[in-house]
Amino acid sequence: MAEKRYGLLINFGYCTGCHTCEVACQKAHGWSFDEYGIKLTQIGPLETNPDPLAREWEWDYIPVPLSKCDFCAERLAEGKDPSCVHHCLAKVIEFGDISELTERAKEIGSKTAVYIP
Amino acid sequence: MRKEWKWGTDDDYYVRTCGWSPPGDHPVGCGMILHVKDGKLVDVEGDPEHPISQGRLCIRCLTLPEYIYHPQRIIHPLKRAGERGENKWQRITWDEAYDIIEEKVNFFKENYGAQSMIVLGGTGREATLYYAPLAYAVLGTPNCSVPLSGNACYGPRCAATQFAVGIGYPEIDYAGYFHENRYDDPQYKLPEYVWIWGKEPLRSNADGFFGHAIIDMMKRGTQLIVTDPRVTWLAAHAKYHFQIRPGTDTALSLALMNVMINEDIYDKEFVESWCWGFDDLKERVQEYTPERCAEICDVPAEMIYAAARDFCAADSKSIQWGVATVMAQNGMQIVQSLLYLMAITGIYDVPGGITCGKVSSALGAWRYSTTGEISEDLWNIRIGTSEYPCSAVAMSLNQPDMVLDVLESEEPYKLHMAWINSTSLISCINQAPDRWYDAYKKLDFVVVQELFMTPIAAAVGDIILPTSTFPEHDGIVMPHFGRNTNFIGAMNKAIEVGDCRSDLEVCITLGKRLNPDAWPYEDAKDFFSQQFMGFIGKTFEDIRELGVYEPPYEYRKYEKGLLRADGDIGFETITGKVELRATMFEAWGDNALPYYQEPPYSPVSTPELSREYPYVLTTGARRFTAFHSEHKMIPTLRHIDPWPTVEINPQDAAKEGIEQNDWVCVENNFGQAVLRADIVPTIKPGVVHGIHAWWYPEEDISEPNMGGAWKSNINRLIPHEYISKLGLAAPLKSSICKIYKVPDNNWASHPDKPWKTEAQAKSILTSQQSNQ
Repeated sequence: MAEKRYGLLINFGYCTGCHTCEVACQKAHGWSFDEYGIKLTQIGPLETNPDPLAREWEWDYIPVPLSKCDFCAERLAEGKDPSCVHHCLAKVIEFGDISELTERAKEIGSKTAVYIP
Repeated sequence: MRKEWKWGTDDDYYVRTCGWSPPGDHPVGCGMILHVKDGKLVDVEGDPEHPISQGRLCIRCLTLPEYIYHPQRIIHPLKRAGERGENKWQRITWDEAYDIIEEKVNFFKENYGAQSMIVLGGTGREATLYYAPLAYAVLGTPNCSVPLSGNACYGPRCAATQFAVGIGYPEIDYAGYFHENRYDDPQYKLPEYVWIWGKEPLRSNADGFFGHAIIDMMKRGTQLIVTDPRVTWLAAHAKYHFQIRPGTDTALSLALMNVMINEDIYDKEFVESWCWGFDDLKERVQEYTPERCAEICDVPAEMIYAAARDFCAADSKSIQWGVATVMAQNGMQIVQSLLYLMAITGIYDVPGGITCGKVSSALGAWRYSTTGEISEDLWNIRIGTSEYPCSAVAMSLNQPDMVLDVLESEEPYKLHMAWINSTSLISCINQAPDRWYDAYKKLDFVVVQELFMTPIAAAVGDIILPTSTFPEHDGIVMPHFGRNTNFIGAMNKAIEVGDCRSDLEVCITLGKRLNPDAWPYEDAKDFFSQQFMGFIGKTFEDIRELGVYEPPYEYRKYEKGLLRADGDIGFETITGKVELRATMFEAWGDNALPYYQEPPYSPVSTPELSREYPYVLTTGARRFTAFHSEHKMIPTLRHIDPWPTVEINPQDAAKEGIEQNDWVCVENNFGQAVLRADIVPTIKPGVVHGIHAWWYPEEDISEPNMGGAWKSNINRLIPHEYISKLGLAAPLKSSICKIYKVPDNNWASHPDKPWKTEAQAKSILTSQQSNQ
C-alpha cells in the first residue's frame, strides 16, 4: 500500500470528546496510556453569542492523528478498519484514499478535517 | 448476527457477548467480541453486527483487561484476619465462606429474627436484579435497601410512571426496536426535537440508553432542547438551553404547560381521548405563569414561550429525563410534571416519541415474586413500611433514610448483619456518609460482595466474596432494566479469573443451602432458560445463538388493548387513562397535582445561611472515565481524569481568588470536601458542581486513611432525610456551600497526574494491594 495516499477524515462537528479513539489506538497497538497514535484536542468552550434565545458556543473536540499512526496496518491486513474508526462512539472518523476523503469532506460541508499523519 | 457465539481453537478463541457488569454500568448491552489467548482476555473489539452499538465501544470496555487483571482485584474469598479496618485478610474457600455465612444467618434468625439482617445494594450493575432475591429468597430477611437518600434514582421515576401513566420506563424513540433498518425503518419517524432534561446521556448511558444514539439522531436532523444548570456539550449544540437554577425544574415544566394549555397548542385529541383530570391540571398550571417561573428558575420568560410553541408545532418530538429529576426534594413532582408534558404533547407510543413498555418485565417479575418468600408478619415489620408506605410498596425495598435511622436508634429493632453487594456505600451512594459509617460499625457481621477492596469493605467487612466481571459469567442483559426493552442480549462466559462468582451463581449456591425450594435451578444457564421460556419461548442457548433477541414492537398500544394486563384499551392505571390528576399520589398522602417546592437549602429558602454559603452546590455529573465510584484504579482512565474536580464559573473564581487546578475546599453546615478547581464558563454563575463518588485506591485503605474516602467526598455536604412526602427523591443536586482555596500545602503539592508511566501506576497500585 502506498501509505501517503491514505488519510483519516474527522467530522469533528459531532465529536463529543469521549477519548475512545485515543484508547482504541493504544490498545490496538499495545501501547501505554502515554503513547498516542491519535490525540484529542479541544477548542473552547467559548461563548460566541450570549443572547439566551440564540446562545452559541464554539466548542469542538478535534482528534488529531500523530506520526505514530499507521492506520492500524495489522488490522487492515486482516480486513478490518482502523481501531479508532471502528470504535468511535460518534462515528466521526473515516479512513480512505485522500481524494475520496476530500470529496467526502466537501459533502459534509463544515467542521471536517482530512489528515495525512 | 453470525450463528456461532464462540469460534477459534482451544487456546486462541473469540466469544461474542453483550456487556453489562461489572465493571459499571447500566444495562446498555453493547455488543463486543472478546479475544482470549491461553485463557486470558487479550483484546476487546466492538461487535459491528450489534444493532444498537454497531461496533462502537467506550473507553470503559476498551480498558476491560486492565480492570480484570488489576493487581488490586480480589479474586478469592477472604476472611478478616486482623481487627476491622486493619485490612488484614486470610484466603478461604467458597465452602468455608458459605459455612461461616450459613451458621451466622441461622444464629441471627434464631436469636433476633430474620429482620435483624439487611442486604445493601448498589446501582446499575447486574446485582440490581439479584440482591433483592438474595434478601428475600436466600437469607429470608424482609430488609433490602439501596441506601441512597430518597432512593433518588430509577425506581422512583418508574413508580411515578406506573402510578400516573401505567407504562414501563418512558424512553425516547431512537429506533432501537427496529434492528435491521433502525432510523430508516418505514414505521419510524425521526423526532424534530429531543428535549433532554437533567441528563448527560453521552457520558451516563443512563438506564440502558446508548447515549451516542443522540448523535446519530442529530446527524439526521434532530434538534435539541436542553434543561441543565451546566452547559453540557449537547446543551451548547441545542436550539434552546434552559440553564436553570438547580432544583427548580417543576416550575419550568409547569410554566411550559401553562403556555401550551392557555395558547391551546397542546394535543387536544390525545388529551380528550386518553387523559383523565385535565381540568384540574389546567387549573393548577394557572399559578405557574412563565413570568413567575422565569424568576424562580432564573431563565428568560420569552424562552419558555418560544420553546413551548416550537415544541408543540413540531410533527414529532420526544423528551428524555435524567436521574437529576429525582435528585431534588421536589423530585416526584418534577417527574410527574414531565410525564404530563409528554401527555399533553401527545408523544406516548407514537413514532419518534416515547416508546412504552409494560410495567412488568421478565426478570423484574421474578425479582418481585421472591418477596413471596417472606411471611406477611415479617414483611410488615420491614424498615420504613409504616412511615413511608408508598416507598415500601412501590419499590419493594426499604425506605433508605429510615435504614440509617434504625441502624442508629436500634428501634424498633437492632440490625446485626449486613450483606453489602456492589456498593461502596460511604464513598458513593450514602449521603451524610459519616453517620452511615458510624452506624455500619455497630453491625456484628458483614459480608461484602465486591471486585476491589473498597474503603467500606476494608472498614467493616468480615467476609469478602469476589464477584466476576461480565466476561467471566453467563447472563442476560435487557436495556432499561427490562421495562422498555428493545433487545434481550446474551452475556457469554469467555474466561475464568481466580475463584470469582457472579451474583446469580452466589444466590443459587447459597439459596440451595438456606432455602432450596426457591432455587430450583441447576446453574445460571438453567435459570435463564426457565425464566425466558415462559416469557419469549426461548432458552438461554437460543438467545445466545441469536446474539440479541429482537422483540416485536407496535406503536399506539393503548388503542389496541396491548398495554393493560386485562387486554382492555387504554393505560394500566386505575382510570385506564393517563392520570393528569394522580390518584395514587393522593392515596399515598401527596398532592394529586404537581406543585413547585423550593429546595430545602437555597438562597430563597435559607437566606440567612446562604450569606455564609453563597453558592448553590450541585453534584453528580458524569465523566466518560468512570461509573460512579468505580474505575479510579484503572491506569488509562485515571490518566485521562486524574483528580476529582469542582466546576466554578470564571467570575466566581475571580471573586474567590481561585485559579485553575487550585485545590479548594467546598464546605457547608454539614461538612466539607477538597476538590481541584476547574474554572469553566459552562457552569451557571453562582453555582458550583462537585464531582461525586471519589476515593483514592492508590492510598492506604486501612483506617484511618481508608483510601482517602473522606477527603473529597461531596456527599458529606448533602443532608440526610430531606425527602418528599412519599419517601422518594432527595436534594442531591441542589444544596448550598462556600468555596475557598485550601491553605494546606500537602494538597498544593499534588502532581498533575497520580502516575506518569504504566510501570509507575502498577508499582503504586500493587503497593496498596490487600494481602490475600
